[in-house]
Amino acid sequence: MNDQLTIADKTFSSRLFTGTGKFSNSITMRDAIMASESELVTVALKRVNTTDKEDDILAHLNNPSIHLLPNTSGVRTAEEAIFAANLSREALHTNWVKLEIHPDPKYLLPDPIETLKAAEMLVKEGFVVMPYIHADPVLCKRLEDVGVQCVMPLGAPIGSNKGLKTLEFLEIIIAQSNVPVIVDAGIGSPSHAAFAMELGADAVLVNTAIAVSQNPIAMGKAFKLAVQAGRIAYNAKLAPLKRTAEASSPLTSFLNN
Amino acid sequence: MSTFKTVLDRYDWDNTLKGIYSKTESDVRHALEKTTRDLEDFKALISPAATPYLEDMAQLSQQITKKRFGNTIQMYAPMYLSNECQNICTYCGFSMTNKIPRRTLTDAEILRETAFLKSKGYDHILLVTGEANRTVGVAYLKHAISLIRSEFSNISIEVQPLHQDEYELLIENGLYAVLVYQETYHRDEYKKHHPKGKKSNFDYRLETPDRLGKAGVHKIGLGSLYGLEDWRADSFFTALHFKYLQKTYWKTKYSMSFPRLRPFSGGLEPKVEMTDRDLVQLICAFRLLDEDLELSMSTRESELFRDHIVNLGITSISAESKTNPGGYVVEKQSLEQFEISDERSTETFTEVLKSKGLEVVWKDWENNWQ
Repeated sequence: MNDQLTIADKTFSSRLFTGTGKFSNSITMRDAIMASESELVTVALKRVNTTDKEDDILAHLNNPSIHLLPNTSGVRTAEEAIFAANLSREALHTNWVKLEIHPDPKYLLPDPIETLKAAEMLVKEGFVVMPYIHADPVLCKRLEDVGVQCVMPLGAPIGSNKGLKTLEFLEIIIAQSNVPVIVDAGIGSPSHAAFAMELGADAVLVNTAIAVSQNPIAMGKAFKLAVQAGRIAYNAKLAPLKRTAEASSPLTSFLNN
Repeated sequence: MSTFKTVLDRYDWDNTLKGIYSKTESDVRHALEKTTRDLEDFKALISPAATPYLEDMAQLSQQITKKRFGNTIQMYAPMYLSNECQNICTYCGFSMTNKIPRRTLTDAEILRETAFLKSKGYDHILLVTGEANRTVGVAYLKHAISLIRSEFSNISIEVQPLHQDEYELLIENGLYAVLVYQETYHRDEYKKHHPKGKKSNFDYRLETPDRLGKAGVHKIGLGSLYGLEDWRADSFFTALHFKYLQKTYWKTKYSMSFPRLRPFSGGLEPKVEMTDRDLVQLICAFRLLDEDLELSMSTRESELFRDHIVNLGITSISAESKTNPGGYVVEKQSLEQFEISDERSTETFTEVLKSKGLEVVWKDWENNWQ
């Protein structure tokens, strides 16, 4: 079964997207990402040295199966995000951008107003915009209206590993969306990732849970398998929960008259 | 920008019908047990395989409806403004070639009719016309809406398809909802039943809800005229249309109506009969597909049917309706578009609703703050 994910001009066989932060070293990062078979890897533009071809992160991700997804992490306003996106387009030769605007340094929660503003501008400037946002169904539709290529609602605060705390809202977003839904942030274990995929998420993005594991390479592989299992289960359609029947007076007996 | 036409073009009528008829009892049980249902589940629920599960569907439909809408039911009244029409529709009493006296209500006549409806308690009104752009065009509609705007908190229309900017103009002037039924999603059958007039353009009608969505209308009413074609296929395509619109125009509410072919003078017999049992199945299937969808019932149906269907998922209903211009007061004897079946007075019918534990809602929402 051909079950690839298409976003803008790219098609992915893997529905696991990964990040590059928090690894103990670049070699472990590279090996963990290879083990995860992730094809889209996000890098913080503020962290890489774009003018240095020998930059540690970029050098280790120089692999034809891996697409780089620059993110604007660290910016606090739409204006800064647009500047960062243009910088990354020039330096990294990609018009893809993961839009992250979090003025709050503690929980890194995304600013919905600045994100919508920046998304609208960036789409107009020809970017493929992947916005990191709270699991807000209305915001997702507003972003879709301005032309983003996917939405990336959070499952829980970033780096918290708490799983799908926003479950009710993720379900609404998945049901309503006309663009791929990628659950980002909060996914702490492969079971969380599998659950997100069973719900119908198009992909998940995992960073901390792999990077901070005692064995990131094994964990990368575990996430790969979990995402595949969840996707297969979603396509196979889960058996429903058993409902308990209640006796009540018949409603359709009038048809027998 | 793409419209529903691109979606519909991907479907084949015969294959769709086959898909529905090949659903099994196990598919139906599966659909019943789920908490959210998709269009494949809908197919199972309207399939012949679901008929032994009708009572289960009705119980579930009632539960879901009560959870979302409470023990309430919205009242509305249709008011025909004109029977002038330049379309030929094989099933309609107003069809151009029918030799009937034509009439379009004047301001004074409109106000006499609305005064009657107000005296009965109605606050949601549905204005209906045929398609006669010169006499009953956008200017007439705009004027009619302005004329009665202060009297009703909710004004809907069921008229010829209009352009997006025309809808925008009417919305600005107090229009809340637009009902537009595709009649049938079968292109060839559609052509047979609409041989002449602007209505013969299948695609223009099909894309009307898209134009409405873009115009930002508050509510779109959908439906098919059941009986023109196999009701199972037509209802599936109606559901497909609804789900497409709901995802695309997410700020708009939706309602669904279930008109069955009724006899009128010189009338058309249904090609495919839809029984009472079928109609109950369809109404419940729509409720099981979507918890928020308004399900609407007219007076085309019998007293017995209406008395029972209100507990099964219907959320909005009319009573004592007249389907002729001036039918309430001005000219009671003019020819009707179709014969209604339940002729009980509003008072009698609302008593029935109350006896079933339903609160009768006249005014749902004030739309006149604009």
